[in-house]
Amino acid sequence: MTDLLEPRAIGRDLVRRDGVAKVRGTATYAYETPVERPAYAHPVQATVARGRVTAMDTATAEGLDGVLAVLTPSTAERLASTEDREFAVLQSDEVAFRGQLIGAVVAETSELARQAADSIRVTYAEQSHDTELSADRDDLYAPGKVNAGHETDTSEGDVAAAMASADVTIEQTYTTAMYHNNPLEPHSTTALWDPAGDGHLTLWDSTQGVHPDRAAVCEVFGLAQEQVRVICPYVGGGFGSKGTPHAHVMLAAMAARALPGRPVKLALTRQQMFFLAGYRTPTIQRMQLAADRDGRLSAVAIDVVVQTSRIKEFAEQAGVPARMMYAAPNRRSTHRVAALDVPVPSWMRAPGECPGMFGPEVALDELAEELGIDPIELRIRNEPEVDPDTGKPWSSRHLVECLREGAERFGWADRPPARHRDGNWLVGTGVAASVYPTMRQARSTANLRYEDGRYVAEIGAADLGTGAWTVLPQITADALGVDVADVDVRIGDTEYPIASVAGGSSGTNTWGSALVVAARAFREKFGGSPSDGDEVAGDVDQAAQDEDHAAYAFGAQFVEARVHADTGEIRVPRLLGVFAAGRIVNPRTARSQFVGGMTMGLSMALHENSVWDPQVGQVANHDLAEYHVTVNADVGDVQAHWLDEHDPFVNAMGSKGIGEIGIVGTAAAVVNAVHRATGVRVRHLPVTLDKLLPGL
Amino acid sequence: MKPFAYARPADVAEAVRDVAAEPTAVFLGGGTNLVDHLKLGIVRPDLVVDVRTLTSRSIDDLQDGGLRVGAAVTNSELAADRRVRERYPVLAQALLAGATGQLRNLATTGGNPLQRTRCVYFQDASTACNKREPGTGCSAVGGYTRYHAVLGVPAALPDPTAPETCIATHPSDMAVALAALDAQVQVLGPAGARTVPFVDLHRLPGEDPSRDTVLEHGELITAIDLPPLPAGARSAYRKVRDRASYAFALVSVAAVASGNGDVRLALGGVAHKPWRATRAEGVLRGGPLTEDTVRAAMAAELAAAQPQPGVDSGNGFKIPLVTRTVVATLRDLEA
Repeated sequence: MTDLLEPRAIGRDLVRRDGVAKVRGTATYAYETPVERPAYAHPVQATVARGRVTAMDTATAEGLDGVLAVLTPSTAERLASTEDREFAVLQSDEVAFRGQLIGAVVAETSELARQAADSIRVTYAEQSHDTELSADRDDLYAPGKVNAGHETDTSEGDVAAAMASADVTIEQTYTTAMYHNNPLEPHSTTALWDPAGDGHLTLWDSTQGVHPDRAAVCEVFGLAQEQVRVICPYVGGGFGSKGTPHAHVMLAAMAARALPGRPVKLALTRQQMFFLAGYRTPTIQRMQLAADRDGRLSAVAIDVVVQTSRIKEFAEQAGVPARMMYAAPNRRSTHRVAALDVPVPSWMRAPGECPGMFGPEVALDELAEELGIDPIELRIRNEPEVDPDTGKPWSSRHLVECLREGAERFGWADRPPARHRDGNWLVGTGVAASVYPTMRQARSTANLRYEDGRYVAEIGAADLGTGAWTVLPQITADALGVDVADVDVRIGDTEYPIASVAGGSSGTNTWGSALVVAARAFREKFGGSPSDGDEVAGDVDQAAQDEDHAAYAFGAQFVEARVHADTGEIRVPRLLGVFAAGRIVNPRTARSQFVGGMTMGLSMALHENSVWDPQVGQVANHDLAEYHVTVNADVGDVQAHWLDEHDPFVNAMGSKGIGEIGIVGTAAAVVNAVHRATGVRVRHLPVTLDKLLPGL
Repeated sequence: MKPFAYARPADVAEAVRDVAAEPTAVFLGGGTNLVDHLKLGIVRPDLVVDVRTLTSRSIDDLQDGGLRVGAAVTNSELAADRRVRERYPVLAQALLAGATGQLRNLATTGGNPLQRTRCVYFQDASTACNKREPGTGCSAVGGYTRYHAVLGVPAALPDPTAPETCIATHPSDMAVALAALDAQVQVLGPAGARTVPFVDLHRLPGEDPSRDTVLEHGELITAIDLPPLPAGARSAYRKVRDRASYAFALVSVAAVASGNGDVRLALGGVAHKPWRATRAEGVLRGGPLTEDTVRAAMAAELAAAQPQPGVDSGNGFKIPLVTRTVVATLRDLEA
């Protein structure tokens, strides 16, 4: 149990502290960092999906006036560590996927760098590539662990026996597509190498964590922490793709070392982001549900197949949420991975939960239909007393309340019958549950100082548009018992104490915990009337981390879908979510997170799809004209509500993390609503009109 | 991007002479497509001739009751013109269904019909494409064909390695409406002025997929004429796409109905050119316009349609979809 802070600033919808600077355009992003005499780097990418580079003709590039350096696998510096092969840039002539970095040009202007890079003629010894994910491959393997350290497989009871003896079973395969994060701000870095002494590298990098970023760079280049500074006050979105650096950061640092004393800027183009900045693996989910006539589940099983790159394993944990969501005595989950000649997958908003709640929540809808039970009631009947996976009690679980409040607000009881027709439109409603684990990272430190009559906290945290600039002062103010206007929190620089990544919806939980420890230590040491310069540091108190409870945020998503009876066009006029995510620190920024997550879920349901072309070996639709993200015209009434949830076990703020849960479950709710409207059950995302036409 | 010379000549005659004299020269209109292509290395001209201020930016009444639209009139201006909205709703609707407000503010009447395909392989200089680099083959065959043609393509599955293979579609919405309106294109070239019927402006790939239109190098569109429609004619544009805005058509339909089964139909998203559905028009001519007759007319039109298999199930869905869209469009028009 934790003593929750008395909320005074917490819970207020304070405006974003960084809002004015962003609206005025004075907030500087990594690429815009004002530096002296910048040079510009442009990457060269492989145009085969597998093989070796046998020659690179760089003569034209080198002959262009203003070209400063040309980096190739044969001329680039040798890196200290090539263990992480995503980061082992230009260290060998091997091509492991199409679009891989095989060179770079540094020039006086970005245009010239791009022109010179385009002029480089590359000769390959091409090998046949293998890029097609399938559940039938004979080389699928079980990884040691899946993402976030989860067990690869779990099993309890006997699913096969339960399936054989159940009144009703559902056995279906669901798939989610490949998705690319596509933050508005492309991945970009400004790098400056100062050769004096042992050398010092400064990186202005668009990142979700300056300290994790620095650690990766130090490892790759064999530098001490003191030799590298990473600065990132503002991030134009990341959605996980900036949670770890990608190869271009190493390339930018290499380019800077090739031009000591000159800052080098590198920004990926939108097209390059489809090869180099991570993505969400496609998933294949084989679901099995067994239930009695009353809808009580006797078995839940999910067998997941995902892909990774041959050079680096990232095994998305899509089978994990089904382990704990509903009660059933017999349960199984497995993960199998195909290692392919494809780019390296990585984190994308709610890795695991986002794709992993698609199959199960659609399967439940299918079961509800089969049984003739309302899908909300079916979920309520399978509400577990304790976490089915660990047996631990819940720190708090209010899924049922979310479903009930959502049903009330949405008007679920009065919903139209299946295949209801309104003019030329078929109308249906759907529901799905959402979940996201409440996480706190082990390590973060905050420094708190009294300075010119104000309290100044420093921590290397990141605000990727989520609101950290605003909510961290709220937490600090309440921990100190002062007005929030008297508190400054400085973030986004490795000069400040170490902070964990803004990922896993853990930022506020983790950094806030460190700030609370620092604030309490400050009051203990200096009392209520500190002197100028009084200062303490506080670490996340890992010893106080509750290990006895299963901590999750829960939610319920409601959707109204309309399908044109002639053309199959799909519109979603209403999207409503209710969440139980602990105490909400700032309703204004929180609402943005929920609504943004839900909209991204809508986008996943209807539009987003990195179409893989196995002939060429790349994403075919690799720009934002062809890779569709939901636009304003697709978004109707989106409402996010939350319960006033009190959870004394998670942390001193009582907060659970809200950045990711909004995307979880949305796609299933859309599919369920489309089914109700049309009678067509789409099990493979995205839901597009061609999948509905045969049933209309 | 390759460096190029930029010229802003004094008048259209000089612009035509400049482009005609330089084999790789291109005209620059609104630049909404060309500038992308310059950046992507899809076109590599030595000279860009800016004609944005040289052609007419006005919409003038013609003696026959039609309108002459200057080539520099923007898509936004054309869509907002009262005469266009009242007499040619199909055109106003098509314009507003295209692109975004920002793009429509730049895109021009002369430039819009000359925009190039959105085929993802055409737009990626690292892949084979007969339209971009003649003779290299067609990466779209068996690839991502969702936005590709089903009409005007060979009856059998095309050979991806053949130099004539191209299954691209023309992406313009405006052009589909202009095809249905029997617009006339005023062209100025090195050999003088000529008029090209809009339906003949664009071509099928034939032996040379690199050529989208019948215009010769150096020929510039100076205006587009809209002939008057028969009294009582009604028209509409219906675009079906994967998202509600800012997406190219999966299929689209421009329809003009003047009673007595006199229907003009043009289809978008289905062929290398805006597809005037003359077979369907012939079937409908003189008869009643019912759902059954429309379906029969479209069956005749689509008899030679050839779905293109590919990743994500190919594009066979377009064949039923375009019929359904025509049915819905004509139903709404008659209602």
